[in-house]
Parts: sequence; structure tokens; C-alpha cells
Amino acid sequence: MTATPTPAAAESADLQIEEETTAIARKRHNEAKAAERKLGLLLVSPAVVIMLAVTAYPVLYAIWLSLNKADLRRPNDNHFIWFSNYVTVLSSPIWWTAFGVTALITVVSAAFELALGMILAIIMHRTIVGRGLVRTSALVPYAIVTVVAAFSWRFAWTQDLGWLAPKGSAPLTSFWPSIGIIILAEIWKTIPFMALLLMAGLALVPEDLLKAASMDGASAWKRFWMVTVPLIKPAILVALLFRTLDAFRIFDNIFILTSGSNNTSSVSMVTYSNLIRGLNLGIGSAMSVLIFITTGIIAFAFIKLFGAAAPGADPGGRR
Amino acid sequence: MAEIVLEHVVKRYPDGALAVDDFNLDIADGEFIILVGPSGCGKSTTLNMVAGLEDITAGKLIIDGQVVNDKAPKDRDIAMVFQSYALYPHMTVRENMGFPLRLAGMDKQTIRQKVDEAAELLELTQHLDRKPANLSGGQRQRVAMGRAIVRQPKAFLMDEPLSNLDAKLRVQMRTQISRIQKSLGTTTLYVTHDQTEAMTLGDRVVVMRAGVVQQVGTPAHLYAHPSNLFVAGFIGSPSMNFLPGQLKGGGTVVTALGEAQLPDRSRRALDGASGDREVIVGIRPEHFEDASVVGDKPGATFDAPIDIVEAMGSDVYAYFTVKGEGASSAELDELAKDTGNDLHGTGLSITARLDAASGVRRNSTAKLWYDTAKLHLFDASTGKNLLEAN
Ligand SMILES: Nc1ncnc2c1ncn2[C@@H]1O[C@H](COP(=O)(O)OP(=O)(O)OP(=O)(O)O)[C@@H](O)[C@H]1O
Ligand SMILES: [Mg+2]
Repeated sequence: MTATPTPAAAESADLQIEEETTAIARKRHNEAKAAERKLGLLLVSPAVVIMLAVTAYPVLYAIWLSLNKADLRRPNDNHFIWFSNYVTVLSSPIWWTAFGVTALITVVSAAFELALGMILAIIMHRTIVGRGLVRTSALVPYAIVTVVAAFSWRFAWTQDLGWLAPKGSAPLTSFWPSIGIIILAEIWKTIPFMALLLMAGLALVPEDLLKAASMDGASAWKRFWMVTVPLIKPAILVALLFRTLDAFRIFDNIFILTSGSNNTSSVSMVTYSNLIRGLNLGIGSAMSVLIFITTGIIAFAFIKLFGAAAPGADPGGRR
Repeated sequence: MAEIVLEHVVKRYPDGALAVDDFNLDIADGEFIILVGPSGCGKSTTLNMVAGLEDITAGKLIIDGQVVNDKAPKDRDIAMVFQSYALYPHMTVRENMGFPLRLAGMDKQTIRQKVDEAAELLELTQHLDRKPANLSGGQRQRVAMGRAIVRQPKAFLMDEPLSNLDAKLRVQMRTQISRIQKSLGTTTLYVTHDQTEAMTLGDRVVVMRAGVVQQVGTPAHLYAHPSNLFVAGFIGSPSMNFLPGQLKGGGTVVTALGEAQLPDRSRRALDGASGDREVIVGIRPEHFEDASVVGDKPGATFDAPIDIVEAMGSDVYAYFTVKGEGASSAELDELAKDTGNDLHGTGLSITARLDAASGVRRNSTAKLWYDTAKLHLFDASTGKNLLEAN
């Protein structure tokens, strides 16, 4: 640099300094982030170790089985067949029907659960009188064992006996009514769970923000969409993720309500039939691995797609 | 811009707490009104009723000649600045400030322009794309102000908007708020705890206590003519000194400072109240003076055993204690609690503000004078100012 810098040179020097300090600040920030991440990994490691010890063996064994011809009816015929089981499963219409049914149940029930769960959460959040009673009674469906509840649903929809079945009809004997009833049972059972998670989110929205929004001219509807929903997005995502993964593995309700008749089997039902009833360990294992992969993809997609809304992911979203 | 009238407004919360009782106030168009009072006296409640965030139990709220008791906040066209700022964390500064305009359905271009103007006024231009979490306290405060001013509402309501700032920033923002209010000429209702804000910002000040309005007036009027003990003690810093005393028939008062003859004007104001009676005498610190500096102005003198002297440059604060019980009343007790000045020592502590030329020394006795024309006399039981005819 010269002894008497020209204004332009001084300016460019300033600019350079600014860039350099920004770079340093960014580097520090990243280092701090890395250290934090390291601590995080350290903290979860005991849990991970236990998880691995308990689940790794069955998972790995299932993967191994899925690559073998392993049919308990022909125990002497076991041998390694690479991906033949997968080819069999993925080219079977039974699998794809079940997959479609499962996806349908998952999407529809998760959507309804979110909407109704949100309404219930708001009611529970807003009630002043008899708060305890409202919350307790809202939780009753979640407290009932699914199988027991499923039996009462089945009874309620049984021809001539059930109090819900229209006279002379047997809704559980045809496809669409069965699917509807299965979804209904799922929704009824899990709304409280959804509502609880969402209510935890609602409790985090400062009262002042909603007051400010109404002063700014927002109606209740706009306050909900423009202030509450963006602020509880993390809670919504967690609730949706849990429910989607859960719903995709639906088993007990279908098992009791229809036993998979009229093509109402879910992927878990089909897997069960092959594995336990059909004693075909190879095919069954291939199916469970496929379910495992699908749920993995769903979870990954959720996190990737909505990751930016997760708490801490957005530097400006810190509260 | 609007005229706001509160007529016999009462607020009782569902749990039975009476937060505001019979509140009456006429706020003129463009006026800056300050609500002060100790914690829990109902300031925020009053403000929230005007905002529409709390419903009005009884009475009428009239904005521009229209009763608005049952209007929703969004239909009152009033902007509010919260103590917590209440900025939307998921929006940038620009989005925060533009939010009321967006809700009003303005087009993007106009919103942009108005937000830019407001940002310019509040020196926020370079922060427009940041999120509130990344701003300093003062910047957040200005964003909250900006959100209130962009839409040019009928009135501003502010609930202790500066109380989360440090002292220096508070002074800075105080002048800025004053400037903005003057230039926009928007009717403003401002709640504060702070003496200085109350005395410097407002056109008129409303002093509240336990939900009841004590006095309404210009800062100068409240200072010179407090209507009761509570207002006298609340307004002014350092606060008024109170001494128990007896009022004698001939227009003399006897206190721990000795006997003082009241001037004719005060005697006339007391007319009719003959006979001896118990009173509380109030003297503001600046109405004391070093007797040697005063000359022969009318007043009374006494000997003060000075404990502490603080030279402030322009004047000198002298602290001393005189014998006797402190003046006691429910109102004074409440004031003491509010200021955290709850010391019941022996004797009576008095603060005097003297001329810088005064030669008072610490731990020595000085001859002090006080202005008998500026004495305040309060009824010992009701706390009413006996010299003010209301
Ligand atoms: N939601 C409520 N329910 C019942 N009582 C309330 C409620 N809000 C306030 N109060 C009571 O009303 C009175 C006035 O409260 P308010 O918040 O108006 O006081 P304030 O003057 O703003 O005090 P501060 O200076 O501490 O903010 C208090 O005694 C308070 O306990
Ligand atoms: Mg308050």
C-alpha cells in the first residue's frame, strides 16, 4: 500500500477488510456449530449404542433372510438367491395393492388427524372452565388399547347387530366402506396424540404476538394462519412425521376389522401373512425390509423438505 | 387522528378483581396523554380496554363520537406498541412493519414505499431484511414503533415501550418518540412507570392509584398543585418531603422544623377550617434553601444537622434527619412500597436542594430556610390537599 492512498484505494482496502472480517466471523460461526454438533453426537451416543445392540441384529438378520430362499415348509431348500425375493415381491400385484391401500390410509388419516387434532388442541388450549376435565376426556381414545377399540368398532359396524351399521348392510364386507371404517378408527384413536403435540406448540406462542396481530388488523382466521401456524410449524412437522410413520405401519386395526379381506390388507398385513401364516421367511423378510426402506424415505423426505422450518435450522428463527 | 373519550369506564375481571373504577377522560385530537401509577394500579388494563383487547365492564368508550365498546381491535384503527415489542419472529423487519398494511390489503408497491419511509424515519433502513432475533433491543423497539406508524392509525397506544431498554437508550428513544408524535400529530396514550417520561413526554398526565384516577393535568400543574398526598409523593424526583404537623387557628403550622406562619393566600384557602387540626406538611426539596443565600425573602428558618452533602454542580443536595415520627398514611405507605423505599428508621429523613453557592458541610449544623408560600398541607386522614380548592 502507498503512503498516501487514493480515496479509491482506501475504499477498496475497506471493502477488503470488511470481506475478511465477514469471512472470519463466518468461520468462527461454523466452528462453533461444528463443536455443538460434536457435543450433540457425544450426548446421544449411549442411546445409539443401546439401540444398535437391540435392533441391529434383528435388522441385519432380516436383511440376510431376505436375500435367501427361506421357506419353513421346505427347510432343506434354503440357499442364497440374491434379490429374487425382492423381484417376486415387487412384481406381485398383492404387494402393490397393499402398498396403495396403506398409502391411502396414511395420507387420508394423517390429513384428518392434523386438522381435527388442531381443532381439539385449540379447544384444549383455550378452555378456561373445566380444563382438566376437557383434557382428560379428550385423551380417553388414546388410552384405550387399540385392539379393544378395534373390536368395538367391528361390533358397531356388524350387520344387524351393530349400532352404527345401517339396516341390512354389512359395511365391513366391501372395499370402500371397510377402508373408510379403518381410517375412522385410526383417526379416532390418534387425534388426542396429535392434539397433545400441537398443544405443546400452541403453548409456545406468546400471547402478546396474537394481541399485536389483532391490533394490526388480523381476524382470528388470519391470526391463526399468519402467526400461529408459522410459529408452531416445528410442532406440526413432528406430529405429522410421527403419525405418517405410524400410519404406514398400520396393522392392528385392519387385523381386527377386516383381517385383510376384500383387498384391505396393508403392507404390514401382507408381510405378516407371508411371514407367519405362509411361513415364507425370505419373502416376508424382503417385505419388512421394503417397509423399513419406505419409512426411512418418508422420514428423510420430511426432514429434507421441511428441514428449514425445524427449530434452529434457520438462523433468524431463533426464539 | 381521533378524539377519545372514556366515560365512567369500569373494569372488573372475571375473578372479581376491580382493576379500573369509574375512569373519566377526554383526550383531544393529537394529544399526548401519559398514564402513570404504581404497579398493578390498572394502567395496562385501561390501555387494553381502549385497544379492545379487554372488554369494558361498564361505561362507554367513544372514539370520534362513536361508541366502540363492542368493536373488535382490528376495526378500531388503533396501533399498539407492546412492552415486549411483540415482533413476529418468523418475519423480517420489512415484513413485520408491512404486516398491518398487508392485512389492510394494500398492494405490494405501496407497502414497500411506506415501509421504506418509516424505516428512514427510524433509521432502520439497513436492517430491513433481518429477522427480529438478530436485532438489538433498541432496534427491536424501533421496529415495533415502525409497525405502529406505517399505517397512520387514529391513535397510538404504548404500554411501557421503553422499559426494556437501558438508561441511555431510553433517553434517546424518549426524544425520538416525542419527535415522531409531534410530527405525525397522532393522539397517543402512553403508559409508563417512569417519572421522567411522565413529566417530559405528555401534554397531560393521568395519575392512577388502585384503579382510581387521582388527578389529571399538565405535568407542571400536577407538580405545583397536587390534589392529594399520593400525587404529591408520586410526582417529582427526588420526591416531596412529608412531615406530620398541627395547624393552629391563627394560620401557623407546627412541625418538627418548628413553627411557621402561613402566607395570606394559604390562610384564605384554609378559610373556614378553624381550630387546631392534624395535618401532613409537604415541602419539595427545592423549596429549602441555605438561609445565608436567601436574603430576606419571607419564610421560616431552622437548624438542620446535615448528614450527607452531594454536590451536583448546578446545585447541592443536603440530607438530614429531624426528630419525630414520620408522617404515616396509607397512601404514603403505598408509595414507599412502590419505590422500594420502605425504611422505617428513627427520625424523619429530609432531602433539600440548595444553591451551589451554599456552604453546607457534612456532619455540621446549617441554618436552612424554607419557602412557606410553597408549603403543601394535606389532611392527615383523607390525604386531600387543603390548599387546593377541589
Ligand atoms: N387477567 C386478569 N385477571 C384478573 N385480574 C387481573 C388480570 N389482569 C390484571 N389483573 C389485575 O388488575 C389490576 C391491574 O392490572 P394492570 O395490569 O392493569 O396493572 P398495571 O398498572 O399495568 O401494572 P404494571 O405497572 O405492573 O404493568 C392488578 O391488580 C391485577 O392483579
Ligand atoms: Mg402494565
